Amino acid sequence: MAEFKQKAFGLAATDTSGVLSPFHFSRSTYHYVNVKINRDRENGDDDVTIKILYCGVCHSDLHSVKNDWGLTQYPIVPGHEISGVVTKIGNNVEKFKVGDRVGVGVLVNSCRTCDVCQQDLESYCPKMIFTYNSTDKDGTTTYGGYSDTVIVDQHFVLRFPENVPSDAGAPLLCAGITVYSPMKYYGMTEAGKHLGVAGLGGLGHVAVKLGKAFGLKVTVISTSPRKKEEAINKLGADAFVVSTDAADLTAATGTMDFIIDTIAAVHSLAPLLSLLKMNGKLVTVGLPDKPLDLPIFPLVSGRKMIGGSDFGGIKETQEMLDFCGKHGIAADIELIRADEINAAMERLAKSDVRYRFVIDIGNSISNL
Amino acid sequence: MAKSHETEHPVKAFGLAATDSSGHLSPFQFSRRATGDEDVQFKVLYCGICHSDLHYLKNEWGISQYPLVPGHEIVGVVTEVGKKVEKVKVGDKVGVGCMVGSCRSCESCKDDLENYCPKIIPTYSAPYSDGTITYGGYSDIMVADEHFIVRIPENMPLDSAAPLLCAGITTYSPMRYFGLDKPGMHIGVVGLGGLGHVAVKFAKAFGAKVTVISTSPNKKEEALSNLGADSFLISKNDDEMQGAMGTMDGIVDTVSAYHPLMPLIGLLKAHGKLIMLGAPDKPLDLPIFPLLAGRKMISGSGIGGMKETQEMIDFAAKHNIKADIELISADYVNTALERLAKADVKYRFVIDVANTLKQA
Repeated sequence: MAEFKQKAFGLAATDTSGVLSPFHFSRSTYHYVNVKINRDRENGDDDVTIKILYCGVCHSDLHSVKNDWGLTQYPIVPGHEISGVVTKIGNNVEKFKVGDRVGVGVLVNSCRTCDVCQQDLESYCPKMIFTYNSTDKDGTTTYGGYSDTVIVDQHFVLRFPENVPSDAGAPLLCAGITVYSPMKYYGMTEAGKHLGVAGLGGLGHVAVKLGKAFGLKVTVISTSPRKKEEAINKLGADAFVVSTDAADLTAATGTMDFIIDTIAAVHSLAPLLSLLKMNGKLVTVGLPDKPLDLPIFPLVSGRKMIGGSDFGGIKETQEMLDFCGKHGIAADIELIRADEINAAMERLAKSDVRYRFVIDIGNSISNL
Repeated sequence: MAKSHETEHPVKAFGLAATDSSGHLSPFQFSRRATGDEDVQFKVLYCGICHSDLHYLKNEWGISQYPLVPGHEIVGVVTEVGKKVEKVKVGDKVGVGCMVGSCRSCESCKDDLENYCPKIIPTYSAPYSDGTITYGGYSDIMVADEHFIVRIPENMPLDSAAPLLCAGITTYSPMRYFGLDKPGMHIGVVGLGGLGHVAVKFAKAFGAKVTVISTSPNKKEEALSNLGADSFLISKNDDEMQGAMGTMDGIVDTVSAYHPLMPLIGLLKAHGKLIMLGAPDKPLDLPIFPLLAGRKMISGSGIGGMKETQEMIDFAAKHNIKADIELISADYVNTALERLAKADVKYRFVIDVANTLKQA
């Protein structure tokens, strides 16, 4: 493994059991093509070094440590909902100064020159580089935020607004943008319209809060009746439909303008499509590992649409953070210590969390 | 006592009907309602044969009402108009497509999208507001509410205009609605039949580059030389499909048989749109990763509202767009339906009703 000057310490999984254990490594400082690797430099000209304070635990982290998608290179240090403070800036960095509260999300680089990159849509760049488990431009493997330090090109660093807390704001960097981006792109922001949120987990609960901030009527669609009370009283949802209850479904048939489908498991699209009005839109952001059954008749007879969205570009991620700051939106989190991560992953696999675990890196990583 | 088909209405009519799900058509005496204040009555000149006619004749969707007179690509000349009719006069050329009634008051109807009205009344095999069953255009005379009549411009040949009333609007409407009508776009058309060939013509008229995607290599030459498509992909040829990955702004899929969606999603550029027009009776597999990774979209569309059907006809007249038809006589219709079941037609049969549909 390559050795660089900036040492780092974190948690890595080494096989498909997905169990995370202490891991010493170092941070590469070069993120551009055609630049020779200089192992003695601590921080590149365009880089920002961040002391990590918090990192959200995303369901994708769980998929990745267990190699559910077949793409994992071990050892893997997950974590792409990173928040912390700037400790060093490179010579070309003007956007940030030491001490700023910042975050890093799902991407740490992209080609920067293609059509989509030019349009601030880095998440659709065919050469995008993920915060973890990707091969960076200098040939090194990227390691994520379950660690004490990260070095990132300034373009991919987000500023935390005043009133977005570092702990509860961390999940916004993936969960937040993943629902915000399609809600904007597919026009789900018209006040007074009716939004369904399918799945009430990390993504779903943020979608409810954003939906209310956009002035929408929000109905949560879930298989778990026990989530109803919180959905309505705590998260502010207007209604709750149990998707396995035929009577609930019938009563809500043809009532929704849009649905954001955050469900990560394989599930049936037919009941969700039935809840849409004519010309309604269903956007899917969950990542089941097998194809879903798509009935075509409702699409043809109701001109209904199914769209996908991955996360979002950097400009839009910053816009989302600023929006959350303005509307006082943050994730509902359960703060855990670094040594509790494996137990947290097991609970996450059973959806036993309200609604995102966040690792208190700053206070617990060095105690491992 | 129930009235017979011949006497339930005052105006005598003659057509071809199936009496059971064998779908075999034979001569049928029936009757049409008197021309109401808002009705237009016309002598049928031509009627296109749509694949939906075949589905209905054989009761494949379980909703057929027998005796069944199909036909919803109907063109003719006005013989009588009701007192309140202003749109057309006697002698005008008109057409009727897939619907003859809707509630006229719901959101869809108010948006000129009668085709999405939950109370839509199809042109044939459906209960009409007077309690009788609707009969379609495989018949000598037709009467319909003025709202559901389209005017056919003078310079448009009537026989090749008939298929536009279903195939035409079914392809035109989604290309407009989903913004797949901008010059310079690259549009794919899956399936080269009644809908597909018209889709190619509209897309070319919009200024698009058009690629036909088909399982039949023998359609290639015609697609390129006759229909004006720019290129042709054989969907089962992996190399050809790979080479075209990520190149299309939109794809119009006219195939109703079960087929894989993944290769089609792969052909789309990022933010591309796949529009389903054929409705397979079983769900298709929807792979999620490719949809998300490119922020792509799948939707469907069914016919179109009356306002846009008129707009489509006027557009076709202006751009000289006609269906490619095989004109047949009424006594050939059962054979034509058998050939249609095997997709053996370039690309729509049209019945020469006025000249060949005669009582024995």
